Amino acid sequence: MNIAIIKYNAGNIRSVSFALERLGYKPWITSDHDAIRKADKVIFPGVGEASTTMAFLKKEGLDELIPSLKQPVLGICLGMQLMCSFSEEGNTECLGIFDEPVRKFALQKDADTKHKIPHMGWNNISRVKSPLFDSTLEEQFVYFVHSYYVPTGPDTAAETNYIHPFSAALQKDNFFATQFHPEKSGKVGEKILRNFLMI
Amino acid sequence: MLAKRIIPCLDIRNGQTVKGIKFLDIKEVGDPVELGALYARQGADELVFLDITASHEKRKTFVELVRRIAQHINIPFTVGGGISELNDADALLSAGADKISINSSAVRNPKLINDMAKNFGSQFVVVAIDAKQLQGDDWVVTVNGGRIPTEKRLFSWAKEAEDRGAGEILFTSMDHDGVKNGFANDALARLSDELGIPIIASGGAGAKEHFKDVFTIGKADAGLAASIFHFNEIPIPELKNYLQKEGIPVR
Repeated sequence: MNIAIIKYNAGNIRSVSFALERLGYKPWITSDHDAIRKADKVIFPGVGEASTTMAFLKKEGLDELIPSLKQPVLGICLGMQLMCSFSEEGNTECLGIFDEPVRKFALQKDADTKHKIPHMGWNNISRVKSPLFDSTLEEQFVYFVHSYYVPTGPDTAAETNYIHPFSAALQKDNFFATQFHPEKSGKVGEKILRNFLMI
Repeated sequence: MLAKRIIPCLDIRNGQTVKGIKFLDIKEVGDPVELGALYARQGADELVFLDITASHEKRKTFVELVRRIAQHINIPFTVGGGISELNDADALLSAGADKISINSSAVRNPKLINDMAKNFGSQFVVVAIDAKQLQGDDWVVTVNGGRIPTEKRLFSWAKEAEDRGAGEILFTSMDHDGVKNGFANDALARLSDELGIPIIASGGAGAKEHFKDVFTIGKADAGLAASIFHFNEIPIPELKNYLQKEGIPVR
């Protein structure tokens, strides 16, 4: 299988590549438009800041390429957020694949309800749907690190509760996305990556 | 519900995991990649690898090791030890580390925290603080493995680190470390109350109850320990079962 990991100025790309290698695949890390267009599967990873990353995508023409892709595409973390319409991080216009905004978690200062930000660590996913998941993944724990979130909406494919329910995963047509890091989520994450590769 | 994290810490010297008591009396306990993978299978939530050689000529060895860890381990891990400039962090992140931890170098040059956060994002930057209790609520920040006291105090330094962009604080009580008599829960609770970022508790784990206490009384987000895991005094699955029964959210 020909898997392209989109290369851009984001951290953590190497981790996604290593995770796929552990599953027995040899992904390409590339920003070449033809290579991405021809791949069987495309992964759009990301750790970083929204506005600088969008600026980079525009410079590389990836802002037009990614929404035009026809094969299964998986956005991870910042990748997912950039696939939304707009992000409060740097008030950034994003790719608009999912018609959802990206909001900042509001710090809860009250001692009883205090939630630290970033939302960092293992949390469970529920109400899972989409080919990324199967019923065995309901309530399983996956690894999150983020300060911005996508509210739940029509494209929500899994929910997690932190301060309030938010979208742990999204799906629309051939576009899939997870707010958590499947590449860092142990056996559960490996299963989700495998499910994506089977689509 | 967000789970409390259990984090085994592996000190690395010349490519081997080692464990000492109060940073002294160091013994070798095994291969870091094998041990890390074992902990991951057992249900560790994250791993921390600290390079205690950290001499300049050995840095390349550590970067290579970090790459091997990233290839083999499917949970997040933090690396630290001897990181004093952006290039050090960049090399470790490129090798596949999820977070870097800075300690003495941040005390000497606090702006390093800002630079790291700006370049790599706050989520990459763990500020580790080793402190010794003087009296009451007065804790002095130490450097060089607890050997040298500084001008800084724990609570104000932790707050400053947060303001400069730290994503987490890893607080080690030098008084509790290696003693196995429980974590510094009062100081930890105060850190959690005063800061808005996660707090990792370190130093003092000797029994399962100590983890329950550090998550309830100490309000910590994560508990870190070394020897109790390395010498299998408390197997991770047993610890997780215990915490679950005690009503602590764990994975």
